Amino acid sequence: MSRGLARPEDFPRVARATPGVTPAGAAWARVALSRRFFVLTSRVAGLLLLAVLLSLASPHFATWQNLINVLRQASIQFLLSAGLTLCVLTGGIDLSVGAVLGLSACLGAALLAQGHVAAGILAALLVGTACGLANGTVVAYLRLPAFIATYGTLWIAHGLAYVFMQGEVIHGFPPAFRFIGAGFVGPVPVPILVMLAVLGGLHVLLHRTPLGRAIYAIGGNATAARLSGMPVQRRLVAVYALSGLLAGFAGLVVIARVNAADAGTGEDLLLGSIAAVVLGGTSLFGGYGGVAGTAVGAIILALVVNGMNLLDIQTFWQPFVVGSIVIVTVLADQLASAGAGRST
Amino acid sequence: MTGFPSSAAPAERLGGSGWNLARAAAATPGAAYLLVGLGALLSVWTPGFLTLTNLTHVGLQAAVLTIVALGMTLIILTEGIDLSLGSVLGLAGVVMGLLVVGGWPLPVGIAAALGVGAGFGLVNGLLVAYAELPPFVVTLGTFGMAQSLAMVLTHGDSVTGLRASVRWFNEGIVLGVPVPIWATAALFALTYVLLYQTRFGRYVFAIGGNRRAALLAGIRVRSYQTGVYVYGGLLAAVAAFIMTARMNAAHPTIAVGLEFDAIAAVVLGGTSFERGRGGLVGTVVGALAVGVLRNGLNLVGLGTEWQVAVVGIVIIGAIVLDALRGLT
Repeated sequence: MSRGLARPEDFPRVARATPGVTPAGAAWARVALSRRFFVLTSRVAGLLLLAVLLSLASPHFATWQNLINVLRQASIQFLLSAGLTLCVLTGGIDLSVGAVLGLSACLGAALLAQGHVAAGILAALLVGTACGLANGTVVAYLRLPAFIATYGTLWIAHGLAYVFMQGEVIHGFPPAFRFIGAGFVGPVPVPILVMLAVLGGLHVLLHRTPLGRAIYAIGGNATAARLSGMPVQRRLVAVYALSGLLAGFAGLVVIARVNAADAGTGEDLLLGSIAAVVLGGTSLFGGYGGVAGTAVGAIILALVVNGMNLLDIQTFWQPFVVGSIVIVTVLADQLASAGAGRST
Repeated sequence: MTGFPSSAAPAERLGGSGWNLARAAAATPGAAYLLVGLGALLSVWTPGFLTLTNLTHVGLQAAVLTIVALGMTLIILTEGIDLSLGSVLGLAGVVMGLLVVGGWPLPVGIAAALGVGAGFGLVNGLLVAYAELPPFVVTLGTFGMAQSLAMVLTHGDSVTGLRASVRWFNEGIVLGVPVPIWATAALFALTYVLLYQTRFGRYVFAIGGNRRAALLAGIRVRSYQTGVYVYGGLLAAVAAFIMTARMNAAHPTIAVGLEFDAIAAVVLGGTSFERGRGGLVGTVVGALAVGVLRNGLNLVGLGTEWQVAVVGIVIIGAIVLDALRGLT
């Protein structure tokens, strides 16, 4: 429902979403606060409940080895979902992240397996960025719904990965490269450190830079953002490009860890990547949330999967559980904010 | 935009009087050009294309896609989307297959499959219409759930050893015409009447045109919107009968990705994601175009790995062209 002109009451939404600015509209403040309260408490409760239940259910859960495994799994999920979070914050979506991860991983792997480490890394990052640029251009300038543009990219990237690989598996990468996925610094796996670095970087980007401010402003109210002079279209392209770049990077970490790549790499990551974002409390309508939440979401998701494995539940059940988690989480958050909105 | 846009909206929008030819050309969906162009190209290029056997084959292959795309058209007309239809089709086929192999009469299997389709449609519809969640997230979630259930039920294998009677859905011939073609024609007629002759259809356009206005006008938007998703799920279940009969087995993941072809058929057929513009005839042409495209790629010797990429590029191209046309 786009309105032609921004009205004064539109602006409190931007103010609400911009960090460091006191919300002007009391009603909005209440909605935002109660949503924040609900998201925080429900996620902390969920995390604790999972941890307690799993420690009771399985003696293998609360071991250093297992917990490090969970975190390593979460870190890869986070890298994929972090860029997606930025898209969701603008009120968009990037359904192509899993497929872009796969395509970047395959192209990078072909070079890496021949020992060209720098070229392989560069190729994967470039492919990811190119896919993101294409998504961003179509979403920002042609104004296609983001879900349909990125859904198309999903199938194109997926198809190209199959064409490129011709059913082959590429494996055996240089040890120097494998460090980012399989290495350790002291007792800590490298992907976890990578996750912390990316998390810190994106947090600064979201809260300390013009791009970050634009992301929240566009998600809060794109029309108001445009009318207040923000280059909305250029910012959107940047956001989707960043999402593609991070997907490419996640692809590198994945293949470094498993030491192999095939056309199916990343195929089953789509549902999980969205689950981590919504579990992290970022609103699918844009303007509310952040990457720190997504890190928590990725950890919750990794715990769930880990728990299912420890309890010997068939892996076939995993999409069912992840799919239900997505729906139930989005529904609960929606009901929580709607309830707060009505009580004003 | 005043009033409810109808299927005639695109033509009206173009306005003008003298430019009948240009107007007609612009109002013709991209699918028609693609279909004619591909048909001409393939007839010249490959001797195998323009044979009765191959064309029947294309028609049979397109039947499943057309049926799913009919439901998808109504969903997209309400500014929705259903990404779960492919995996719901797979699950419906698996449920029917397991019941039939387990000794239940065929009608029980059929009823159960229809129940699966309607059930998933109902869940999608309720979450979209009443909870007002974004359709792509809801149906992505149910996509995972349906696929998961199909895998759990079959332990990841195919259901084989179906009774011969099941194959009638694909091999049966009534009055010289194969059953899948009959089914497609009948469902097209049914959907056509639903969309253009009933209140339900009028409200489908109204919801897509301006949901808020429809709500304020006192239309029971939420129940109609839910109905649209249930109808889409039911059609996916019917498509599952034909698919299962053709394969002579029920594969849990056979139709994953079919929803993409269906969206392609709908968009190529001229239905737009915004403001309830589009129609059913275009969708059928779109489904045939996608069917011929895949058949052509097969005949030229490009395998499935190429088809995914090519179909994706054609579809995005069509959507982008459609968007460019809207911008000018």
